[in-house]
Amino acid sequence: MGCIMIFSGSEAAAKPRKLLMKGAEAIGEAAIRAGAKAYFCYPITPQTEVAEYLARRMPEVGGVFLQGESELAVANMLFGAAATGARVFTSTSSPGFSLMAEAMSYIAGAELPVVFINVMRCGPGLGGVLAAQSDYWQATRNSGHGDYRCPVLAPSSVQEAAELTLAAFELADRYRNPVIVLADGMIGQMMEPVMLEGLAAGEPVEKPWATQGCGGREPVVVKSLYLDPQVLERMNRRLAEKYAKMQTDEVQVELYNVRERHDLVVVAYGTMARICKTAIDRLGKEGLQVGLVRPITLFPFPVDAVHSAARHSAAGVVTVELSQGQMIDDVNLALGELGRSAFFGRSGGMVPTPDEVTRVFRDLVKRGAA
Amino acid sequence: MTGGEVVFSRPESLRRTPTHYCPGCTHGTAHRLVAEVLDELGIRERTVGVAPVGCAVFAYNYFNCDFLEAAHGRAPAFATGVKRVRPELIVFTYQGDGDLASIGLAEILHAANRGEKFTVVFVNNAIYGMTGGQMAPTTLPGQVTTTCPGGRDVEQVGYPLRVAELLATLRTPGYIARGSLHGPEAIVASKRLVRRAFEHQVAGTCFGLVELLSTCPTNWGLTPMAACQWVVDRMIPYYPLGELKRPESATGQVAS
Repeated sequence: MGCIMIFSGSEAAAKPRKLLMKGAEAIGEAAIRAGAKAYFCYPITPQTEVAEYLARRMPEVGGVFLQGESELAVANMLFGAAATGARVFTSTSSPGFSLMAEAMSYIAGAELPVVFINVMRCGPGLGGVLAAQSDYWQATRNSGHGDYRCPVLAPSSVQEAAELTLAAFELADRYRNPVIVLADGMIGQMMEPVMLEGLAAGEPVEKPWATQGCGGREPVVVKSLYLDPQVLERMNRRLAEKYAKMQTDEVQVELYNVRERHDLVVVAYGTMARICKTAIDRLGKEGLQVGLVRPITLFPFPVDAVHSAARHSAAGVVTVELSQGQMIDDVNLALGELGRSAFFGRSGGMVPTPDEVTRVFRDLVKRGAA
Repeated sequence: MTGGEVVFSRPESLRRTPTHYCPGCTHGTAHRLVAEVLDELGIRERTVGVAPVGCAVFAYNYFNCDFLEAAHGRAPAFATGVKRVRPELIVFTYQGDGDLASIGLAEILHAANRGEKFTVVFVNNAIYGMTGGQMAPTTLPGQVTTTCPGGRDVEQVGYPLRVAELLATLRTPGYIARGSLHGPEAIVASKRLVRRAFEHQVAGTCFGLVELLSTCPTNWGLTPMAACQWVVDRMIPYYPLGELKRPESATGQVAS
């Protein structure tokens, strides 16, 4: 199983079981608990452990495991499988995600629920295999062509990776839309204690659109082609309403040490947010109040939470990313009249130490006070 | 009309829809063969078709069964997804030569090699039809198209791909056949091939692909009758008809 039980013996029987799992494995197990019926994949570092885990696990639960010939084929297999109404998903990493972009556009156009796990590595091109957050734009805007959006969920721990994987399936079904879990290589590779009990699929959603054979009803067609511009614009507007509803109803954010007044407000997500928390704790001991707004949903972006925290910050806002600055665009949009965010980022697989981040924050506070 | 015997009617697996295909195009014939087979095998209500990108993208306007509309060339991947999750469904793709033999070559090759138990109807008219007559991987040597105005130059772009022969080399059991739609006898023979391919799926035996040599009078610049003759004179010599592989001949050798 690739996981280690932390508690054992008779005493543990009564307690909820905590498992020590790799992020990649926790994602795979959470998907099974979400009722995923099929998983299609193509190997790519740093998330191949999801595939290796599910190659063993899927047959145990009567599900489908299939390694496709390319990410291109895999994403199109997902379309076919999702069209039958089954819960289906894949996992990949940045270059593979780019290859899936074609099908994602068709899946969004045909309004099919599919979960894509993207464990980001650094780019562009083949880049490297270490952790990065350089696919924020790709995930939150459009990976593929056309006027569509996908909810993007960004875990910052193995536990949260499992929980958000389950949440992704629920969102996908509810909105008939692809949903992306955007983790970074650190989350995928790291081992942490995780509690999987209680993770279970919600009420099943009716899927009258599913192609299951037309016995007893009129045939249904799952498609994205609308040559009549009036019809397509109506479709575009309906999709836009769906995305607007996501922005109203589905925002998730963690506020850490956010108070009435701050010396500095930080916006960071995923692994980077955890490093920021360590720095914030250290600065707290020096008497500096640094608040963190951690978007859990990157789309819909927690606009109000960022704006609200930033209103009373002596040194303003800093966006911290494992990239040269992508989420900062959304932070600046959220700040509006409050001004612009400062930026600190490392990339190429370089992950800053808590010391480095602490220094950056301390300097920003000093400069803000000056 | 009372008491008259109905000797010809629209199959239940086809809808009452005016055709959008060009005069003399054999897509309609290919649709009808598939529909007749779905009726005869009694499988319409558990069938899911997968439409390609190309002239047949609107196949779902004609077929009276559940349908998916695939991305260009990816129909075999779509069909794999459906069939793996719901093996009891009958799944077929309907693809042209640009879709299947060019942009979708990897998908068809790997689906066949995995032995996916669905059926492929492969319409080969040696040209890209919907985009207005460009060179396809199946365009014959010397054949003029808008992107090879001097005729296909095999020194520059190689020889036409024989997809059926290519797939027939695979070790994985499969049913691979080629028919033609240029005339009544050929059409009747082609229907037998289509039916056998579907029968193999119903029995759960193997992957099946039937290539159907078809006409494109509009883009070939020929009358419908001359186009049928062109299939006989030019296409069949390069793309010979018959069963190229049967599941029992699983050695990868072409069945005689």
